[in-house]
Amino acid sequence: MRIGDLVDDGWKRLVYPPLGIALTIGLWHWACVRFDISTTVLPKPGLVLQAAIDRYDLLLAESWVTLKETVYGFALALALGIPIAVAITGSKTLNLMFSPILVALQSVPKVALAPILLVWLGTGIESKLAIAWLVAFFPIVVDTAAGLQSTPRELLELARSLRASRWQVFSKVQFPAALPFIVTGSKVAVTLAVIGAVIGEFVGSSEGLGYLLLAASSQINSPLAFAALFALAALGILVYLAVVGAEWLLSPLLPNAHRRE
Amino acid sequence: MTFGVLENVRKEFPRRGESAPLVALDGASFSFEKGELVSLLGPSGCGKTTLLRIIAGLIGRTSGSVRIRGEEVEDPHPDFGFVFQAPNLMPWRTVLDNVLFPMEILRQRDARAKSRALELLAMTGLKEFAAARPDQLSGGMQQRVALCRALVHEPALLLMDEPFGALDELTRMEMNDLLLDIRARTQATVVFVTHSIQEAVYLSDQVFVFSKRPSRIVEAIRVALPYPRSARTRYESQFSALASRASRALGVIHEGAA
Repeated sequence: MRIGDLVDDGWKRLVYPPLGIALTIGLWHWACVRFDISTTVLPKPGLVLQAAIDRYDLLLAESWVTLKETVYGFALALALGIPIAVAITGSKTLNLMFSPILVALQSVPKVALAPILLVWLGTGIESKLAIAWLVAFFPIVVDTAAGLQSTPRELLELARSLRASRWQVFSKVQFPAALPFIVTGSKVAVTLAVIGAVIGEFVGSSEGLGYLLLAASSQINSPLAFAALFALAALGILVYLAVVGAEWLLSPLLPNAHRRE
Repeated sequence: MTFGVLENVRKEFPRRGESAPLVALDGASFSFEKGELVSLLGPSGCGKTTLLRIIAGLIGRTSGSVRIRGEEVEDPHPDFGFVFQAPNLMPWRTVLDNVLFPMEILRQRDARAKSRALELLAMTGLKEFAAARPDQLSGGMQQRVALCRALVHEPALLLMDEPFGALDELTRMEMNDLLLDIRARTQATVVFVTHSIQEAVYLSDQVFVFSKRPSRIVEAIRVALPYPRSARTRYESQFSALASRASRALGVIHEGAA
């Protein structure tokens, strides 16, 4: 009975999602034809696919640029965010001094900073990377800090009663306790990093998917703009899955909810 | 030499917006010998946990003296073991790795430590769970792991803060017997905080009964019942006499009502 259910379920999992996608695309095509929507407003799915096939080299090249900006920005956010979270949770003084600044910075719409960063860093990859970093940075700091603070007080006392060094407390107790939070923060951060990179490209760039999207739209080449949009979605899913993959690799260190079994 | 001596231990906590501090402990004095199991019995919030943390050196005292083996306690001492009310195991570590945690901190995680950890797990009936994760164990089993963790570095003094308070009655009685068994084998000296009269009398050589805040010791009871104790002990007349004496001291039974 149970195995039957499982097989049944597996079959549904394999067939239903593509069926949903096919239905959506079918509906899209039908709407374009039925309401005679102009290609400029909403190109038929076939045209988008055609544009994607015709310009796949361009799409790939621009995706590569955006991917680099995203990954570098995200990596930098991890590399800076975790130590900063450690510093502000580990020291009351640093916390009191810099938490308000962090909160204030966090509430600034990052889009508003994009033009300034562009002025500072130019129209090259640096400014995109900086914006991607900026949007990915806060979720990582906030979640890492929350994770570090979630360590049960008794565990810290246990470590203290054994005269553990600060490094031992951090590496053996606090950091492992914070790891699930860091993973959660990373999932949010990496998708935000894509948005950050695209914002940067919108504001000033001569490459990347965001730039392609703008360029195609201004040339009223809607099929290519839509193809770029799909490439962007694919890129977002890809980087998210990369973080899920990292989570899977780390699963021996994570508590139950995150563990592979 | 007397193993542990407390003299007039007083603890005040400053209160925000009030000049008079909160007196958590108003002069506690008692002593115990090596190998003894003593219970601190009192109502919730009576400062017995505070006293335990003072003995552990985790928090300071306002005045008074705590001497363990003749030495004044000022800081945490790695020669003490600690068991909390919640097991507080690390979910990312296996049971064995949890037990070995103190050895890791003390940089003594070697083959000897591992065999000691496995021996303790065997004593507590958890040998086949050495590779399991804490979340695969029941509450009672988790607390047994915490007990192994507290004992793995062979501490001279075991401090237990209502360790079985969150367990159901049957598991708690089982854990009481397990603790007595382990104490008989390891010769550990134990200071045990509880709010259960039955538990205190059943386990201890001495029971110190605390009053409500500002808390002081209102009665010191020596339990002369022989070890090993068993379920039968709980029905002996001497046991009930001691239990009702503790109840009276706590104010649960009023004079004359017993």
